[in-house]
Amino acid sequence: MKIDSDTIKHIASLARLNITAAEARQYQKDIEEILKAFEILNSMPSESEPSFQPVPVEAALREDEKEECISRDAALSNTKHKEKGFFRGPRVV
Amino acid sequence: MKYNISVSEFIRKSENGGIDYDGFMSAFREELSKWKGHNFLRLTGDMSCQPKKGLYGLPVSVKDCICVKGMESCAGSKILKGYVPPFDATAVSRVKDEGGNIIGKTNQDEFGFGTFSTNSGYGVPKNPHDKELACGGSSGGSGGLTAALDMPHISLAESTGGSITAPAAFCGVVGLTPSYGLVSRYGLIDYANSLDKLGTIAKNVHDAALMLSVIAGHDGMDMTSLPAQRQNYLQHIDGGAKMKIGVPKEYFLNVDDEIEKNVWDAIKKLESEGASYTEISLPHTKYSLAAYYIIATSEASTNLARYCGMRYGLHGKLEGNSNEYFSNIRSEGFGQEAKRRIILGTFARMSGYREHYYIKAMRIRTLVIEDFKRAFKGVDVIAAPSMPVLPPKFSDIEKLTPLQQYQMDVLTVPANLAGIPMISVPCKNKFAGLHILGNHMQEGSVIRAAAAYEAIR
Repeated sequence: MKIDSDTIKHIASLARLNITAAEARQYQKDIEEILKAFEILNSMPSESEPSFQPVPVEAALREDEKEECISRDAALSNTKHKEKGFFRGPRVV
Repeated sequence: MKYNISVSEFIRKSENGGIDYDGFMSAFREELSKWKGHNFLRLTGDMSCQPKKGLYGLPVSVKDCICVKGMESCAGSKILKGYVPPFDATAVSRVKDEGGNIIGKTNQDEFGFGTFSTNSGYGVPKNPHDKELACGGSSGGSGGLTAALDMPHISLAESTGGSITAPAAFCGVVGLTPSYGLVSRYGLIDYANSLDKLGTIAKNVHDAALMLSVIAGHDGMDMTSLPAQRQNYLQHIDGGAKMKIGVPKEYFLNVDDEIEKNVWDAIKKLESEGASYTEISLPHTKYSLAAYYIIATSEASTNLARYCGMRYGLHGKLEGNSNEYFSNIRSEGFGQEAKRRIILGTFARMSGYREHYYIKAMRIRTLVIEDFKRAFKGVDVIAAPSMPVLPPKFSDIEKLTPLQQYQMDVLTVPANLAGIPMISVPCKNKFAGLHILGNHMQEGSVIRAAAAYEAIR
C-alpha cells in the first residue's frame, strides 16, 4: 500500500491534528512500512463473520429508573471553560 | 526489616493485630522514596487510610489510566494533565471497599500505546533490576514498582494487547490478565473498548489471585461486563499440576534462545509434577499482529476524539473556531506515538479502506478465536513464552522503527484478541516469562498452572 504525505496530512486534518511537513514525511514512512507488513491480512481469504467483540455481548438493558449521578459542579470541576453552569466552547464558525 | 513480609503474611498479622499500621506506612513511604528516580509512580497519593478487615490497608498502586476519585489520572498523556476524576473506577471502589490503600498512579505509555513504557508524557520508568533496561509496557510503572518494593503491595494494571504480560515478564513478576468482561471497565480511560481488560501485577500468583478476587464480577456500569459471580480465586492456588498443557509450535518462532530454554524447562517441570503436554497448532497466529493493530488503532482513533481541551485535561485560550482550537490542543497534548496511532486508525476506518483493513481484521479475529476454541477442546491450558525477547536496553529500543516495536507484541496479541485469560510467571531466569493461557472465564486453570510452576521453579 503506497501512501503519500499529502494523504497523511489529510488524515491528520480529519483527526484534528496539525502536523508539520517533516512530521508528515516521517508518519508517511512509518505507516507505509506498517501497512506493507499488514497486507498479510489480505493474503488470508476469510468470509467469517467479523467479531466486533471477543465474546458475544448481550444487550445490557436495565429498568428505566432515575439514579443518582454526579452533580453539575462535579461535572464542571475539571474545566476552566465554564459559564453559568455550562461548558463554554470555542466558536463554531 | 520487620515489614519485609509477603502480602499473605501482612494480612495474617493484621488479622491478629500484629501490624502497627502507622509504623508500617512510615516504612512503606521510606521504601518508596528509595525508588523515586525510577519513575514508577507518576503521582503519589497521601496514603491516608483507616485499615479495615479484608486487605487491612494493603498498599495498592493503580495504573494511571484507571480513575481514582480526587487523584489526578492522566493515562500517561499530557492531554489529560490536571484531570481529577470525580468518581472511582469500579475496580478501585472494590479495592477501597475491601480495605486497600490506594497509594498512587503508576506510570505508563500514553493511553497504553507502547511495549516499553517509553511513550509516557511523564518520564520513562526504569527497570528496577538494571536502570538501562526497559520495564516493559504499557503498565511499566506497575511492573517496576511491584518488582522493586520489598514490602507488601499489589498493583492494579490494564492490558489491551499485552500491557500486563510485557512488564510482568521484563520485571520478573506475575501479571494476570483476566477474561474480557470479567472485570468492569467502568472508570477506565479507554484505549480500545473491545480489547481493554483490567488486571493485576503482583509479586506472586497468590497475590494476583487475591486481587482478582477483589475486582472481578459483574458490574451494571459496564455494558460489556459479563454476568459472573464474584469468587475467591485463591481456591485454585493449591490445585496441583495434573493437567493437559498445549504447547503451540507457532509461539516458538523467532524467540530468544534463553527464553525458549527456560519455558521448555518450566513445561518439563510441570510434567514431572503430573502434567502432560502436547504440541498444538494455532494456525492463524501469524495474522494476529496485523489484525490487533488495525482493530486497536481504529478504536483508539475514535476514543481519542473526545480530547479537545474543553471539559477536562489540557486547556488553552479559547481562540479561533472549534476546529482550530481542538486541533491546536490535540497537537500540543498528544505525543508522537498517539498521533501515529490516531492517523493509522483513522486511515483504517476511512471509506474505501474500511473493508480492506478494519472489517478484514475483525474477520481474522473470528479465526483467532476459533483457533483457541479448538485448542481448548483438547487441553486445559496453553503454555508459551510471554515475550520473544529479554528486556531490551533503552539504547536498543531507540533504534527500532514503530513496526519493529509493534512486532514485540507478537506473542501477546492473539490471546488479547480472543479475550481469554492469561498469566505471566517468571521462569528460572526471572526475565523470561512463562505465559499460561486459559479458555474464556477459566481463570482458575491459569492460576492453578502458574501456582504449580511457581512452587517448583
